[in-house]
Amino acid sequence: MPRPFTPKVITANALIEGDVVYLTEDDRWSRALKEAEVITDEAHAEVRLLDASSRHAEAVGVYLADVAVKDGTPEPTHFREEFRRTGPSNYFHGKQAEG
Amino acid sequence: MYSYTDFDRAFLAERNRQFRAQVERRIDGSLTEDEFKPLRLMNGVYLQLHAYMLRVAIPYGTLNSAQMRQLALLAEKWDKGYGHFTTRQNIQYNWPKLSDIPDMLDALAEVNLHAIQTSGNTIRNVTSDHFAGAAADEVEDPRPTAELIRQWSTDHPEFQFLPRKFKIAVIGAPNDRAVIKSHDIGVEITEQDGQRGYRIHVGGGLGRTPMLGKVVREFLPKADLLPYLEAIVSVYNLLGRRDNKYKARIKITVHENGLEKIRDLVEERFDLLKSQFGGVDQEMLAAIEPQFAAPDFRDAATGAFEAAYSNDPTFRSWVDTNIAAHRRADHAIVSISLKAHGKTPGDATGAQMRVMADLAEEHAYDELRISHEQNVILPHVPKDALPQLYRALKAEGLGTANIGLVSDIIACPGMDYCALATARSIPIAQEIATRFDELKLEHEIGDLKIKISGCINACGHHHVGHIGILGLDRAGVENYQITLGGDGTETASIGTRAGPGFSADEIVPAIERLVVGYLDLRNDADETFLQAYRRLGAEPFKALLYPEAREKAA
Repeated sequence: MPRPFTPKVITANALIEGDVVYLTEDDRWSRALKEAEVITDEAHAEVRLLDASSRHAEAVGVYLADVAVKDGTPEPTHFREEFRRTGPSNYFHGKQAEG
Repeated sequence: MYSYTDFDRAFLAERNRQFRAQVERRIDGSLTEDEFKPLRLMNGVYLQLHAYMLRVAIPYGTLNSAQMRQLALLAEKWDKGYGHFTTRQNIQYNWPKLSDIPDMLDALAEVNLHAIQTSGNTIRNVTSDHFAGAAADEVEDPRPTAELIRQWSTDHPEFQFLPRKFKIAVIGAPNDRAVIKSHDIGVEITEQDGQRGYRIHVGGGLGRTPMLGKVVREFLPKADLLPYLEAIVSVYNLLGRRDNKYKARIKITVHENGLEKIRDLVEERFDLLKSQFGGVDQEMLAAIEPQFAAPDFRDAATGAFEAAYSNDPTFRSWVDTNIAAHRRADHAIVSISLKAHGKTPGDATGAQMRVMADLAEEHAYDELRISHEQNVILPHVPKDALPQLYRALKAEGLGTANIGLVSDIIACPGMDYCALATARSIPIAQEIATRFDELKLEHEIGDLKIKISGCINACGHHHVGHIGILGLDRAGVENYQITLGGDGTETASIGTRAGPGFSADEIVPAIERLVVGYLDLRNDADETFLQAYRRLGAEPFKALLYPEAREKAA
């Protein structure tokens, strides 16, 4: 039996700044995970990933990242994604400093 | 140090112009990321977790004050005010914008620095002994040889697409301070029957299959160096595996084919290549050598130094740990620790870089070095300048007296920055250093090298740490494995895994049990951790790490 599809968001790094971005439902790249479109259907995920990957003048390294939906907002399920949405732990730099 | 010729300047300007145009084409959409990636990697530009990263080469770790000031300028103008010195004698900027990088490269070119071949499957920055030209035990300054190799390998048309990256290190002293046996090629200047030459090691490397380099040529006459290196790299270029990234380094090529076969192929190729060099390489070396002449050392009185040493205990402590023997008795080699307790190993702010540059200019004949252990060296300091130098360093947070001690930890950037990492390194280093500072034990513990990598690629050299720590992802949780008994010097050895890994919460207490427990195991205060480990074997150290296993067995 195929594994059940877990909720995902589309994420990448912005072309110029290189910082982490997430694809929103209305096709914007947002800096905030909470604005990301949560995808729960595998076929829809594939199409969204293809479309997002073709926007190569905007974002780099587009992929699907697992999330868990808590109180209606997506949260990372892996510590790597937690660091990506927060920033490094040795300095208050990156997303955490941008508010 | 080496001064660029018109040829060098024109070459670098042209490369920077090309890269600027490539960046423009990437930004306007005419290049895709797949097309652009190999171009950016050739110029040291990575994309990491939170941003781009620019890796700048510091050839054989040598800088002058103008170059250090320029590194500070880059940190402040285009980054977040600091830079990270790496285990490869490079500096990394963690936050540049892609659109700013061409300007950063032009600024570097103003002081003869660049980021060429700091990434990609090419011959990387040539590294060397950070005490080169100053150490009391030196046979010959390795830097002219390293510079010759830099010039030969830079933009070498045959070696731009090797099976995998290729690292060369050069030393000129019997004490190996550059970990040459962990390099694809290690070049060691030696003497035989009154003749200078090189002992050539090949096939070393850390990563997922750690191996120590093997001697492929016991004695190579000096004039044969470049054709011999070219022979090794071209044999590797043909034979090295391109089917599997994890088996592509020359260490695997040597392992799979055997040293004898590699040696035969290299000698055969060398016979063909030797005549093609026609002596031009030796003419270039002859032009390079005088540029590395020792500074015009002044005589230094040592009275003020000795008085300060007797009267000021913090100065004495710093001298005892951070000073190494210079080849002149009235001079000293100063290691400036970038490992203040609780800070990020290898990081320096722009202000700190500028202070180190000023001190080098004022007191140290304008010379600085970066060590693979992520510290900054002033190689030539007259002893009478030491008290003043120490005060100035201390005022800038650079006076930590811990070189070679438990808190002088090598740590890769780990998952705080690196896209390849499987766990964090920096916080573990910070916590270990902070903990041992609280215990006030590190001077009693003495010589101990802890090295931390945040993934199997081993940028943090964990295999050659007396205590190595490897961060892994175990089912979505950070987990840290300990290796024991590694050594990166002339008595090199690869550490052995101690047992099951520890969680992020357990790793620092485990290290504390291990190190504090060693104090009871050693014969006397002169027996280092590594010596005790070699005398006793792994078992008593494992018992310290895993007390519950011992209890179960009892």
